[in-house]
Amino acid sequence: MEDMLFYDRLQFAFTITFHYIFPQLTMGLSLMIVYFKWIYLRTKTEKYNNAAKFFMKIFAINFTMGVVTGIPMEFQFGTNWAKFSELTGGIIGQTLAMEGLFSFFLESSFLALFIFGEKLMGQKLHFLTGFLVFLGSWASGYFILATNAWMQHPVGYEILDNGKFVLENFSALFTNPWLLPAFLHNQMASIVTSAFVVASIGAFYILRNKHSEYGKLFLKTGVIFGLISSVLVAFPTGDWNAKNVVKYQPATFAAMEGIFETEDAGAEIVLIGQPNMVDKKLDNKIAVPNILSFLTYQEWDRQIAGMDQFKKEELPDNIPALYYSYHIMVGLGTIFISVMLLAIFFLWRKKLYTIKPLLWIIMFLVPFPYIANITGWYTAELGRQPYLVYGLLKTSEGVSPTVSSGNTLFTLLGFVALYMLLGLLFLILVGKTINEGPKPKSH
Amino acid sequence: MEIFWYIAIAIVLTAFFILDGYDFGAGIIHLFFAKKEKDKELITKSAGLFWDSNEVWLVAAGGMLFMAFPTFYASVFSGFYLPLIIVLWLIIFRAIGLEFRGQFKYQMWKDIWDKSFGISSLLLALFFGIALGNIIRGVNLGTAENGISAHEAHYFFLPLWDSSFSPLTTHPGVIDWFTIIIGLIAVVTLTIHGANWIILKTNSSINNKLKTVIFNLNIVLTLLTIFSIIVWQIVNPNALDNFINKPYLLIFPIIYLIGLIGLFFIKKIQKNSHAFLLSTLVITGGIWFSLASLFPVILPSINNVNQHLTIYNTAASEYGLSTALIWGVIGFILIFVYMIIQNRLTSGKIDNMDYGH
Ligand code: HDD
Ligand code: HEM
Ligand code: HEM
Repeated sequence: MEDMLFYDRLQFAFTITFHYIFPQLTMGLSLMIVYFKWIYLRTKTEKYNNAAKFFMKIFAINFTMGVVTGIPMEFQFGTNWAKFSELTGGIIGQTLAMEGLFSFFLESSFLALFIFGEKLMGQKLHFLTGFLVFLGSWASGYFILATNAWMQHPVGYEILDNGKFVLENFSALFTNPWLLPAFLHNQMASIVTSAFVVASIGAFYILRNKHSEYGKLFLKTGVIFGLISSVLVAFPTGDWNAKNVVKYQPATFAAMEGIFETEDAGAEIVLIGQPNMVDKKLDNKIAVPNILSFLTYQEWDRQIAGMDQFKKEELPDNIPALYYSYHIMVGLGTIFISVMLLAIFFLWRKKLYTIKPLLWIIMFLVPFPYIANITGWYTAELGRQPYLVYGLLKTSEGVSPTVSSGNTLFTLLGFVALYMLLGLLFLILVGKTINEGPKPKSH
Repeated sequence: MEIFWYIAIAIVLTAFFILDGYDFGAGIIHLFFAKKEKDKELITKSAGLFWDSNEVWLVAAGGMLFMAFPTFYASVFSGFYLPLIIVLWLIIFRAIGLEFRGQFKYQMWKDIWDKSFGISSLLLALFFGIALGNIIRGVNLGTAENGISAHEAHYFFLPLWDSSFSPLTTHPGVIDWFTIIIGLIAVVTLTIHGANWIILKTNSSINNKLKTVIFNLNIVLTLLTIFSIIVWQIVNPNALDNFINKPYLLIFPIIYLIGLIGLFFIKKIQKNSHAFLLSTLVITGGIWFSLASLFPVILPSINNVNQHLTIYNTAASEYGLSTALIWGVIGFILIFVYMIIQNRLTSGKIDNMDYGH
């Protein structure tokens, strides 16, 4: 029973992590493509249209990967988490089915038209199909986050005698106080990813002295989008999420901030330190007093509950992983803002394109927004433990009763092998597209 | 309300098999009949432009099933764990075959993805047929042993096969001789459907030859159909009772027959879209025939300890279902609009459309 749960969790974590590499770029990049296309419509400068079409190619490869890794996600609720599906399907089935009906159809119907139909439709309609693809991908993120928000902070439900959750108030699912902050934060974070990808390709072109006209355009657009979104990710949206965690999951908050003991005179903010679960303290700690109380409540000496205030069963089961995930996300967020500020400063002084070290940094920064996004989700998901539906349904109560651990391990290994192959193909194809560059098609 | 959602999901599933069905079929034709590079490219294109928007129907069917019949979704998805995951892998191989073949000009690269597309299309058609076979055969719900149920009454787990390969044991596996027959029917039907699609949408050089292929396959399909009806009686003696009690359900086998008979005249049919319509009738008739034979049961139990799963004992709450009705209708109207727009813009032969990014 124990390792059955373990493999199920590992498989879900692995497949969702791999899936989420792709949608974050889809959602951010679709916005930037629409932006390029829009500027083209306004200025009629070919360059912008070529930029839109170039990113469209990367988008298309990325989208395929998102779709093929997304379908297993939906199936896995039933295959691996059957008990969970049975008990809560009446509620989260609503948001997941709506995602299918309202966003996937929209996105996939118009994507093919956007990719293949430029000549067929004329520029205005082409812009419109691009916009609809963008809308579809954001709607998709919205419904998925509504699903997740319900698991983090359940609302609008009723529990029957047989343990089933039934829907009691439909609109509550969408006015869930957890939803809006999480959605906005998540969307800003996906713009960060796309902006960094665009800027990095730009830096690469400039450094290699290839397609440098586009290199400058991409770099400039990338750092502008990058700065705005990096700031918005931290404030107000990140801060807003943190306030929700204190309010609705106080035990999680104590664990992710690494507060072992409640301090009466206000909580300090931990910058560095390794959780020591035996002695219940942080090793090698560097912390600034009272800041956390201020950030959370705007009061310097407000008390914040530490882990000593909670029973062991209420605390997340992997505190160090949760703590590190959270600190990696926030740490990277701070770095992103600094680098982008620097880049904008030099852009303003018209020196950005010549400062080699900065270009190298921007080029190699690409993996980090992905890491920040993934660790952000690890914070949310590990923080929700030991519950599947916070406070109501334990993770161990949600697994499929009849699927044995041997079978789950088999499929987990299969997914690992297959996804390695997918990842490799993805990198080869994107690399090839970037190398060819945004030259206009010759026919 | 349960009946409404049952029908809605059946329609979405049928749409999936009609739409994605033609590109499964195109894959099978591609595997066996396409020899020239030009034809290979055209056939891949005839599926590649559309597979993504077609596959959404599967995602939608899954989502709606989850919403409307959560107990059924949980039971079936965990019970058919292995075949479902294998289907997922095949879907991945097919999609990357379609999307990535045109990315490099090397012959070897193309050959690999052609095979990936063809073989996974074939296996998927087979697996979907086998799945249908499992549903009409029924499973050992609650995996009851000697009248005692080992799990909760609505859960079960099937291995891929049982060494006897027989549907008549107490613990049949996913693959047995009965489900394989249904699987073969699915393969043949979708191959015919795919061939019709290729004839309709492309000017490939094998179009004329494909008409002969359709004719021959149709003979095979007819024989398989007759054979399957006979063995179905052995597997489940009450299989056709529903049609005696509710004769209006006979409309579905009749639809199937019209399609089947019509396809024998394939060489005389002038308009290619009519031929495509006939194979659509075969698919629709076949699915609804099977579903109607069970209704209102959706998964029969082959032991007499645990009850069949029906649309009534697996449904979500009345409030949930009626709320979903409101957004569901809006959603379907929107989808209908997208489909019209999409069809308008991609009508005609696809030979000259851009493809390959
Ligand atoms: C580029 C990515 C990125 C960056 C730089 C940040 N975040 Fe974040 N964060 C995410 C990407 C992300 C995410 C992946 O998008 C999450 C996961 C769940 C969600 O809705 O968004 C998230 C969740 C998330 C949560 C909710 C955790 C939970 O649900 O338990 C909090 C409290 C924060 N973030 C706070 C911050 C703060 C204060 C940041 C300051 C710099 C920050 N994040 C930067
Ligand atoms: C893309 C972002 C996401 C990532 C990276 C992510 C990550 C994870 C991880 C790491 C786990 C394993 C937790 C553990 O081992 O304790 C997990 C579990 C799970 N997550 Fe997420 N998740 C994401 C989004 C979602 C969303 C949007 C949903 C809901 C719709 C969801 C539902 C679940 C479920 C059902 C489990 C299994 C139960 C569990 O172990 O907690 N996840 N996820
Ligand atoms: C934060 C978490 C997630 C976000 C923001 C997200 C967003 C998206 C987006 C934008 C797409 C479109 C394809 C692509 O862009 O690559 C997509 C695809 C998909 N996602 Fe996710 N997703 C998340 C997690 C999940 C989870 C937990 C599931 C499981 C229910 C899921 C199921 C799917 C499916 C089935 C597809 C394929 C849709 C199609 O056929 O068009 N996703 N996702």
